[in-house]
Amino acid sequence: MINPRIIEFIRSRWPEAVPEVETGTTGDAPGEAYVPLRPNDWNEIARQLRDDPALKLDSLQCITGVDLGPEANLEIRYNLHSMEHRHHGEIRIEVPKETPELPSVAAVWDIADWFEREVYDMYGIRFSGHPNLMRILLPDDWEGWPLRKDYEEPETYHGIVVPKVKTGWE
Amino acid sequence: MGIVHGEEMVLNIGPQHPSTHGVLRLHVRTDGEIISHIEPVIGYLHRCFEKHCENLSYEQVIPFTDRCDYIASMNNNFGYVVAMEELLGIQVPERVEYIRVIMAELNRIASHLVALGTYGLDVGAFTPFLYMFRDRERILDLFELTCGARLLYNYMWVGGLSHDLPVGFVEATYRFLDDFEPNLNEYHELLMYNKIFIERTADVGILPPDVAISYGVTGPNLRGSGVSWDLRKDEPYSIYDRLDFEIPVGTGQMGTVGDCWDRYWVRAQEMAESVKILRQALKDLPAEGDVHEALPRKVRPPKGSIYKRTESPRGDLAYYIISDGKPVPFRLKMRSPAFTALSVLSEIASGWMISDVIAILGSLDIVLGEIDR
Repeated sequence: MINPRIIEFIRSRWPEAVPEVETGTTGDAPGEAYVPLRPNDWNEIARQLRDDPALKLDSLQCITGVDLGPEANLEIRYNLHSMEHRHHGEIRIEVPKETPELPSVAAVWDIADWFEREVYDMYGIRFSGHPNLMRILLPDDWEGWPLRKDYEEPETYHGIVVPKVKTGWE
Repeated sequence: MGIVHGEEMVLNIGPQHPSTHGVLRLHVRTDGEIISHIEPVIGYLHRCFEKHCENLSYEQVIPFTDRCDYIASMNNNFGYVVAMEELLGIQVPERVEYIRVIMAELNRIASHLVALGTYGLDVGAFTPFLYMFRDRERILDLFELTCGARLLYNYMWVGGLSHDLPVGFVEATYRFLDDFEPNLNEYHELLMYNKIFIERTADVGILPPDVAISYGVTGPNLRGSGVSWDLRKDEPYSIYDRLDFEIPVGTGQMGTVGDCWDRYWVRAQEMAESVKILRQALKDLPAEGDVHEALPRKVRPPKGSIYKRTESPRGDLAYYIISDGKPVPFRLKMRSPAFTALSVLSEIASGWMISDVIAILGSLDIVLGEIDR
């Protein structure tokens, strides 16, 4: 597993970046180990993760936004992969719900452009430095951030009434 | 003589256009016939898949995965159930694993037949399309025989399958494979090695490997660029580690590595490899085993999360599932390979003619249902 090496790598260069939480596990399920990070310096860290010859995480597989709950933060999970070394790792960054902002990595991995737009579209997380932060799947005039747990459907959309009675849907 | 720049014109291709393979709009800036920039506008088919999943039990998600990549529903089911079983820690019977691989590979052939047939249409060859759909029809018949559905199967369940194989399925599949293998060569003669087709696709839309990796392009598109990366081989799931098959990668036979022709060629070779896999799986298929034996009475994974990747016909299809111990997913994210493939379009199509853009888009083999989710 590569994650302890990522933690070591980041700690040696940015001692402040990795918060002191229990690292290396995701809980009791057979999931993947992960690296928690603070949002500062994320852009520079990402660049070095990509370029370091021992890690060479040149492929960003996926960015997943998560709403951790009504009283908790939003979280962004990055799944990284190295085509050369065939290893992978996961980075998690929490941002507060009131000011959800973190640096964009669109300049590091090209695909981050679209992935970040999708996360912005669904969670309203602002990626500073993103070249074109617009909604991607929803219409541009959509209001609210649908995948947040406290999202409420609009009554109408362009005069079309959104049906509220949902009996028989389940 | 330098390049004369005229006034730029904005052209909309789609959202309703036969060559966009679904409801996709391409916002194209052109200088005469030359493309200077393309902005794909997506989301026309957005149906809140991920939001829906947070309100459905884990079993109810499966029919929704069918509808994401509707050309290769079996592979979508497969990815989801593999992820769920790892999260739950379920071991499924051997027979189930073999049947799943058989279905996944049949669906891979069917999906590639659609990809290659419609690609022929895109570049002006009508006949191969009809031939390929004839063979795809036989695969759909096999699926219909098995589970009653022709397109959206809901066949693979968490811990098992909806039905066991029907009587005569193995023989019918062998008959199909025996007929299909010689047909494959005929298609190659007809289209892949056709002079006109080569002229249209070789050296067009070159996708260099480093660009492909940076854009997260996977599957046949990445392998067309000469990178050997196939999850069936590199991170084997199910029983793929027991099967013997090759990973074809593009070599630039007709032009440059990573051109449209290479991507076509990789898909064509993959069909032959799938036939090889199918023959092995059918031969080793265990006779005993109950497909409902390992079905959990209640699907309720422990707290935790999983990111599981599988190889769909379009590339790395991954599910990120987060469970909080309740019977509905806390969060379910689908990483769609067609989404990443489409994002690279502007990069590789800029500088080409409008007619080449159709050829390049077709060679990426996108499915809008999966992009928009």
